[in-house]
Amino acid sequence: MTGAVYALVALGLTLIYGVLHIINFAHGALLTAAMFAALFAYQLWGFDPYVAAIFLTPLFFLLGYGLQRFIIGPAAHGEDRNILLVTLGLAVVIENALLYAFRADTRTINLPHAFDVIEVGTTFLAVPRVIAFTVVFAVALGLWVILQRTDTGRAIRAVAKEKLGAELSGIDVAHIYAVTFGLGTACLAIAACLLIPTYYVSPHVGDAFVLIAFTVVVLGGMGSVPGALIGGLFIGVVESLSGFYLGESLGQISVFVMFILLLLFRPAGLFGAGT
Amino acid sequence: MKGLAPIVGTMALVGTVPLITSSNVVLNFLVMVFLIALVGQGWNLLGGYGGQYSFGHAAFFGTGAYVTAVLQMHYGVNAWLSFGIGIVGGAVVGSAIGALSFRSGLKGSYFALVTLAFAEVLRIAASVAPITGAGVGTLIRLDLRPEAFQFQSRAPFYWIALGLVGASLILIRAIEHSRFGAYLVAVRENEDAAEALGVDPAAVKLGAMTISAAITAAAGCFYAQYFLFIDAGIAYGPWISIEALLAPLVGGIGTVFGPLLGALAVRTLGELGRLMAGDAPGLDLVIYGCVLILVVAVAPRGIVGVLSGLRGHALSHKAALPTPLERDNG
Repeated sequence: MTGAVYALVALGLTLIYGVLHIINFAHGALLTAAMFAALFAYQLWGFDPYVAAIFLTPLFFLLGYGLQRFIIGPAAHGEDRNILLVTLGLAVVIENALLYAFRADTRTINLPHAFDVIEVGTTFLAVPRVIAFTVVFAVALGLWVILQRTDTGRAIRAVAKEKLGAELSGIDVAHIYAVTFGLGTACLAIAACLLIPTYYVSPHVGDAFVLIAFTVVVLGGMGSVPGALIGGLFIGVVESLSGFYLGESLGQISVFVMFILLLLFRPAGLFGAGT
Repeated sequence: MKGLAPIVGTMALVGTVPLITSSNVVLNFLVMVFLIALVGQGWNLLGGYGGQYSFGHAAFFGTGAYVTAVLQMHYGVNAWLSFGIGIVGGAVVGSAIGALSFRSGLKGSYFALVTLAFAEVLRIAASVAPITGAGVGTLIRLDLRPEAFQFQSRAPFYWIALGLVGASLILIRAIEHSRFGAYLVAVRENEDAAEALGVDPAAVKLGAMTISAAITAAAGCFYAQYFLFIDAGIAYGPWISIEALLAPLVGGIGTVFGPLLGALAVRTLGELGRLMAGDAPGLDLVIYGCVLILVVAVAPRGIVGVLSGLRGHALSHKAALPTPLERDNG
């Protein structure tokens, strides 16, 4: 199941990279923010995380849209190095504002159905995992449909391929950038709602996911949607196996080491079109 | 050497502070400013002059700090010698990471990512390896003798930190006016063009990264000696990587005095935030993050850029770029 969520987090990252050609360093912090939102939706108003996803997703779409349109875009003056720095700055602000507001405590919620299992043949599957798995594939399919079949999707692909040409054909590039960023952020809201029933929240929880998501994205090839899915599942398996054999801390290292090796020897990834 | 006078003048002026006040608050604050200026100066060489943005300078800071502490505590090596070996250790780590990533042609965001990943690997390794004290951290035994690099008062530490900053300023100034410095700026401005003119970009970047790592490691060694305690989060944590790039960015990247001015500004802001809102975790970093975004948005050339803009001068490094290259290769 972690593999499926990695895939979803990576999906948002790869989408943003594929279109804006930037690495969004604020991705992890936004995931953390979404997890806090899901936590409070449950604790304050009693919304089940799976229900909360229905309104958190559009909310985070708007948040992502606003961030790109009003902060990242204008602040970066169109230079890649500046975008790196601005997203890093955003990550620092979001993460530490959460730390300031909620302290470093680790929080969890107890849902009645978090430990339900269903029997499939001879194995028992935990319900949250089955849901996570299904939802991730549904989201991936949905994104694919948006990108392939809608006008906005066509505009997004046009901007990704040839920014200047798209602009000359009358596409509002700033708007498309912001929409893409919003879609990527919306993926995070869904990922957060899938994680929260079985995972903990702390202001730094997103860090663990984002570096893994980077690994997934590089593994799958920057900007490739199927690559993100397969990469996510693959990393999920690698992490649980190495965690099982090497212990938790060293298991974490193995993911980073794999990431570094991958960057050094195959930066285009398994499905990438080349850099 | 040209441009030496302002450095020596500044150093002499700032060096008189401990004679005027013995307030530990003031001296502590300035020592931290020097420390961050040193870390930032390391980053500035690679990021400011070389255009390679590292998000993992903690790797060098931490290595310097750990080498200093572990050599003293586990092998009984003299503190001053450990300090020197710590700097070399940082440079070795820097050249190793640099050799791997530049040989693979990593640049831009890929380079930022790989440096971040290396720093994280080292952080996790340091938090589990027994020799670094694992999660508990490493303590350097209190031994208040100058031979052990420990002093009764803050003033000697202050002068040593200032001396390190002064040395780094002179070094960067010398590099700026050397052939190597011109190559480095050429690689930043246009790697392909530089290569076409006979510059080996990988070798130039590797050299810059090694020196950059050594400067940052010196700050790490000093940190260990000054606070006598380090753990994985302090030594290899992301905070130091952020301070490393924030100071030069705020001060003005690719300028000699940028990191020092930036460190002073950033630290002052951090302290003001602490005064206004109490010692709350995370608040200073919220301020830093906002400053980072604001600087990039409003004053991309930092304090130095604003100052020279006020005086009506163009930034010297932009104007100075073509001449040495033409002279050397044309």
